[in-house]
Amino acid sequence: MEHAVEATLTVNGTEVRRRIEPRQHLVDFLRDELGLTGSHIGCEHGVCGACTVRVNGEIVRGCLMLAVQADGCQVETIEGLSDSGELAQLQKAFHERNALQCGFCTPAMLLAARDLQLRNPRASREEIRAHLSGNYCRCTGYQAIVDAIEEVLHGKG
Amino acid sequence: MKAASFAYAKPRALEEALDLAARPGAKILAGGQSLIPSLNMRLSSPELLVDINGLDELKGIRLDKDVVRIGALTTHAEIGRSDVVRKHLPLLSAAVPHIAHPAIRNRGTIGGSLALADPAAEYPACALALDATLVVTGKKGERKILAADFFKGLFETALKPGEILTAVQFKAQKMDEKSAFLEIARRQGDYATIGLAAFATNGTKRLAYFGAGDRPILAQYAAKAKDLESAKAALAKDLQPPADLYHSSATKLHLARVLLERAWNTL
Repeated sequence: MEHAVEATLTVNGTEVRRRIEPRQHLVDFLRDELGLTGSHIGCEHGVCGACTVRVNGEIVRGCLMLAVQADGCQVETIEGLSDSGELAQLQKAFHERNALQCGFCTPAMLLAARDLQLRNPRASREEIRAHLSGNYCRCTGYQAIVDAIEEVLHGKG
Repeated sequence: MKAASFAYAKPRALEEALDLAARPGAKILAGGQSLIPSLNMRLSSPELLVDINGLDELKGIRLDKDVVRIGALTTHAEIGRSDVVRKHLPLLSAAVPHIAHPAIRNRGTIGGSLALADPAAEYPACALALDATLVVTGKKGERKILAADFFKGLFETALKPGEILTAVQFKAQKMDEKSAFLEIARRQGDYATIGLAAFATNGTKRLAYFGAGDRPILAQYAAKAKDLESAKAALAKDLQPPADLYHSSATKLHLARVLLERAWNTL
């Protein structure tokens, strides 16, 4: 731990203080140090989006932010947002529409979808696609995911 | 992969950042959306990362008479949401949705993009089309560099070791001036196959292509042409785009002409 830096961050409402190696990115920290394994690691260079978490209210790539950079930040993950019920509507629609198969991309998809719901609740199908453009899914072909989000945004059944 | 080990410092003042940046093996960390992938892939292994995100003076968008000054740490998302940019720099507003994806736009910065000088990136071409001035600070003080003199080659700029890009200044677009931003990519937000940032003022066109060479390129012959057909023909003199994995040089030149045709009547 030759370069470790002390950092204090709030993760899903709980304050966490740790000495962190600067080279450790945020998702490794969440997974390995805090056991929050709902945020996934896919490509580790910003392409797949599986590591999406929310920092100070904005979605970010957890692999493209160092954990030490989260010092003083509010970090929210799929675990916290599931427990609070904030994602319940989207989760229900994903389930009913079969918008996941293996589920690897799902936590990040839900965070991206929730971000869209908060910023542009009347988004068109095209806008939904554009907002999810940074999240890979290798199972569904995306149609069911877009259907589920469209249903939540527009109440289409 | 995982990044190699490095030390980390987060200065609170520009002076301190300049001292740290002058150390051997130091690298500036802005939004990190290109630097951290290159650390993770071990394409880059600095000894010290100087995180400049604590420097509030490098943040924000300010309209001062007819100049829009954008701080280097202003994120793509902030530029996309800015009413000042929408009104006075519509070219930049139009470029933002093409820059990567929402989660990346929330952290990536304009200064980082310009200082990296990726030839397929959107902002360097916008800066060139709009004849922007880049503001650079070093231990000896501040200097200003025109975009046309800033981009030197592949990931190569006029920045000297230890200097930090602090802001970029654009002339606000006037009522009779026009601009157009067009990009072709395989997926929304991916690297440009080819793109065009175009600006027209007083009958003069500035056509800045990106993804077309080792840096953003002004198509000067095409810009001087009297009509679309001769402009498209002249593009062959302006651009010799390198082939990529999916597109030959000839295909890219063809696509450059397609973009020119789409932009022509709006300029």
